[in-house]
Amino acid sequence: MAQIFSPRATTIAVIVLVALVSVPVVLIAYIYQVHSSPYATHVGIPVAQPIPFSHAHHVGDVGLDCRYCHTGVETSAFAGLPPTSTCMTCHSQLWTNAAMLAPVRESLAKGKPIRWNRVHDLPDYVYFDHSVHIANGVGCSSCHGDVSKMPLTRKVKPLTMGWCLSCHENPAPHLRPQAEIFNPHWKPGPDHEKEGRMLMAHYGIDKDHLTDCSVCHR
Amino acid sequence: MKAAVLAGLAALALAGCDVSMTDQPRLDTYGSSDIWPDGAAARRPPAGTVSQSDPAWEKAMKRPPAVTTALIERGHERYDIYCAPCHGASGHGDGMVVRRGFPSPPSYHSARLRAAPAQHFFDVITNGYGVMYSYASRVPPRDRWAIVAYIRALQLSQHASLADVPDAREQLP
Repeated sequence: MAQIFSPRATTIAVIVLVALVSVPVVLIAYIYQVHSSPYATHVGIPVAQPIPFSHAHHVGDVGLDCRYCHTGVETSAFAGLPPTSTCMTCHSQLWTNAAMLAPVRESLAKGKPIRWNRVHDLPDYVYFDHSVHIANGVGCSSCHGDVSKMPLTRKVKPLTMGWCLSCHENPAPHLRPQAEIFNPHWKPGPDHEKEGRMLMAHYGIDKDHLTDCSVCHR
Repeated sequence: MKAAVLAGLAALALAGCDVSMTDQPRLDTYGSSDIWPDGAAARRPPAGTVSQSDPAWEKAMKRPPAVTTALIERGHERYDIYCAPCHGASGHGDGMVVRRGFPSPPSYHSARLRAAPAQHFFDVITNGYGVMYSYASRVPPRDRWAIVAYIRALQLSQHASLADVPDAREQLP
């Protein structure tokens, strides 16, 4: 009677058994890695814009406050993009012939808003509100990074749900005093653990309901 | 059989790419829309529209709030955001934008502006002046009055005598 199993059978059986476990694990790990990589989150990739606007120049060199242009950030869900007249407040006198600023002048002349491309785009089922974060100790740079060092604006945080929850579950390490909210260079001090607890009390943050679904989804 | 399995896997993979919830067919704030000539999704109300908040706004324009420390501090904050880039932190007209070539605004400490009524500063913030644009859309009326109060504080600071601050002498070297 012929052998049922060939000499290779043991090897094949071992490979199949190992593959049954390892292939799904590797595949899931790979998909997770792709999903959290800049390929999916666009972190660190500058977005092309109609005008190569530099926060490094306007915030870093000139020292403009965030609110000079993003006027709605303290009072509304949207931080607000400046109308062309805000650009022209200075550029009606400065760099008036610069080719780089031609789209700004054209926008003002034709009354057509400049079409900026979104850098931070949350899914439409997330109801994010800037003002509530600003009013409760979350500074601009906690999510947007130090824009005073960005010649072209890019994302620095993945804006995934896991990332949002990492702060909503434990906000204390991310909170800062009211006077530091708009400071793009702010970093937590060495004694920040204690300060974070005090800030939680100062802002009256109720951690128990920060991770409720309805906080962000409706 | 093989093709069916592959097709099934592909369907499963593509199901993960359904973005209809992520990018819903709606017009977002600051979104664009090609159906209007200016390309913006947001529409301006017709000329002459009176917003529900307009009466309160008008009232705040006409009636300056009482000057308190809180109002001056608010003015200080707003001044540093909107005015200091040109007028300078102390109001001498030497802000960073001026140092980069913008025409220099007059100093608040000149005799003319020290004698100017509060309404003058309020009107300049509202309507602009010379090469200065209007800040009406960026600074609401109450904040304009707060800034005016802070400008007065700046003017006082540059023309104070030692007698005005009794404790200062001990702190001087």
